[in-house]
Amino acid sequence: MVAKFDLTDDSVVVIIGTGAGGGVLANELAQKGVKVVALEAGGRYLPEDYLNDEWDSFSQLAWLDTRTTSGTWRVAKDFAGLPAWIVKAVGGTTTHWAGASIRFQEHEWKALTTYGKVEGASLLDWPIDAAEMAPWYDKAEEKLGVTRTGNRPGLPGNNNYKVFEKGALALGYKEVSTGRMAIQSSNETGSRIACQQTGFCFQGCKWGAKWSAAYTDIPEGEATGNLEVRERSHVARILHNDAGKVTGVEYFDKDGNLQFQAARIVCVAGNTFESPRLLLNSASSMFPNGLANSSDQVGRNYMRHTTGSVYGIFDKPVRMWRGTTMAGIVQDEARHDPSRGFVGGYELETLALGLPFMAAFLNPGAWGRGFTTALDHYENMAGMWIVGEDMPQSTNRVTLSDATDQYGLKVANVHFDDHPNDIAMRNHAYKQGMAIYDAVGATRSFPTPPYPSTHNLGTNRMSERPEDGVCNKWGQTHDIANLFISDGSQFTTGAAENPTLTIVALAIRQADHIAREMSAGNI
Amino acid sequence: MTQQLKEPALKSRGMTRRQLLSRSVAVGASFVVGAGFVASGNAAWAMETTAIKPESMATLIQMARDIYPHDQVGDEFYATAVKGYDSAENAEQVEAGITELNAAAAAAGHADYLSIGWEEDRVAVLKAIEGTPFFQTVRAGLVTGLYNQKALWPIFGYEGESFSLGGYIERGFDDINWL
Repeated sequence: MVAKFDLTDDSVVVIIGTGAGGGVLANELAQKGVKVVALEAGGRYLPEDYLNDEWDSFSQLAWLDTRTTSGTWRVAKDFAGLPAWIVKAVGGTTTHWAGASIRFQEHEWKALTTYGKVEGASLLDWPIDAAEMAPWYDKAEEKLGVTRTGNRPGLPGNNNYKVFEKGALALGYKEVSTGRMAIQSSNETGSRIACQQTGFCFQGCKWGAKWSAAYTDIPEGEATGNLEVRERSHVARILHNDAGKVTGVEYFDKDGNLQFQAARIVCVAGNTFESPRLLLNSASSMFPNGLANSSDQVGRNYMRHTTGSVYGIFDKPVRMWRGTTMAGIVQDEARHDPSRGFVGGYELETLALGLPFMAAFLNPGAWGRGFTTALDHYENMAGMWIVGEDMPQSTNRVTLSDATDQYGLKVANVHFDDHPNDIAMRNHAYKQGMAIYDAVGATRSFPTPPYPSTHNLGTNRMSERPEDGVCNKWGQTHDIANLFISDGSQFTTGAAENPTLTIVALAIRQADHIAREMSAGNI
Repeated sequence: MTQQLKEPALKSRGMTRRQLLSRSVAVGASFVVGAGFVASGNAAWAMETTAIKPESMATLIQMARDIYPHDQVGDEFYATAVKGYDSAENAEQVEAGITELNAAAAAAGHADYLSIGWEEDRVAVLKAIEGTPFFQTVRAGLVTGLYNQKALWPIFGYEGESFSLGGYIERGFDDINWL
């Protein structure tokens, strides 16, 4: 039975956002008997609603509210109003993600110690490490049903993977597989239906084979009677009292009316753009620079992974769009090996786009035969994506723009410049990716620039010392004890791995901490 | 969508192909225009224009092909992609843009854009106006206007929606046979 809490009920935990962070936190708290109101800016879409059509799905699910961009990154030129390709819906971007679920490597929790000081980078060690996180990763893998963990078999490789695998093995790569995926690989090892190799993983899995909070954690939490999800509810401001404790949030409800929901604790999980935007928009006379911002770190250190894609064209068909979108991985380059000319490492993961998105992302702004002769061979194309650790920089940041949204609230401006380490890594990855396809006989291969960001991290980072970041090792803000950061914005550094598994593991751990502290009467 | 440009457009005007051709004049190598319509040279398809001049629509279609040239894709797909510019709302800007394009062609020594025989020479003219809002609007619009036409996808081998067919688990997700 779905709960309904009163606006004046100040015993509830309010969670802003219902994705990998907020959606999981909401369910985990509800399972422990904590009363939760989750406010979600988007609507509710389930597998029967998802569309096997790239642009129609984009209109249905993507966050399209105004954002602005600046900096030298190419996205600011090609997609000035769309710095990120993420989702506005119950379940957040877990609807859209491809499902890659890999743990950070041990050294990546200690980026500053491992890499040393890097000029122009604001590297830090996380206040937590691999040993601390291991049991939480175990729980996260169980929750998501990650393949190649527990008793779950790997997924079969599709055509795109087979090309990728053959080229990678020819180059001497050893860590090549269909990866650890939060996609059901067998009907015997979980409650979700097994993958039907439909493609369109980015558009929401119509079989529900891929884990998404939209149809797992959210309904599970609601079934406890402790979770109320209010969809189409856009939070405008977090309020606080004279003692500097947060007291609740103001939000625009589905009818556009401003409401106030009281809260005992507020957890911010609106993603790496919206979470700092909300803290900054909540500035008050007591906190003139925004909430939890005595360090001036709110919005800074924005990371987006060093990405890019490589496509190869062959003289025979590949039909890369068939089957799992992200169907395999090469992990050999994920190691830290400065002899390559950069610190940190990167993963190579297969990726496929449909013809409409290939036209949009192959080389944005390009035209003429150089562009169209590549698309002419769409059927003979194989594709992969680069995911590498990028350097946090204090000048890469989310600030409040002069532009406003449909509610009159200042929107996020996203500023980004590549660090030289990012560029060196990307160029290395482009070269290796093209070599993989060349090894299988590609007649043409080419690097394509990063898409609007999907891995958005770091703008409310965790730090040991309050002056270095926004929250502590529990995601609790250094400044305000009953205000938590619960999404990817708490990442201290980005590591080379797709972030969702880590966001989920941190959310499970945070739920445990919050419930314990509430019981103890500490918050 | 593409089908609408073919026979129905002709029939709505009560004209046979022969009648249509008899009431039109050739513009450039690929198109004919008449009062309120543009058609392919053999009248395989025709499209009415209401707000912009038929010559301007023919120029837009040629421009669309020159921006994203695919020799296996018929003009009707390009026509569909730019059809939306034929509206009262857009007419003034479109005509101004076409005037600008023809001026660039004239500056390069041609009568107008459509009279240029070689794609290479038309592309040189497009390069000259590449930075204009007109060019950028047309180019950006084509990314979805052209490539999001479902009828065009099979020409590229793309299969589109697959859920209703049970995905590819038994339909060749791993059928590559040449590796």
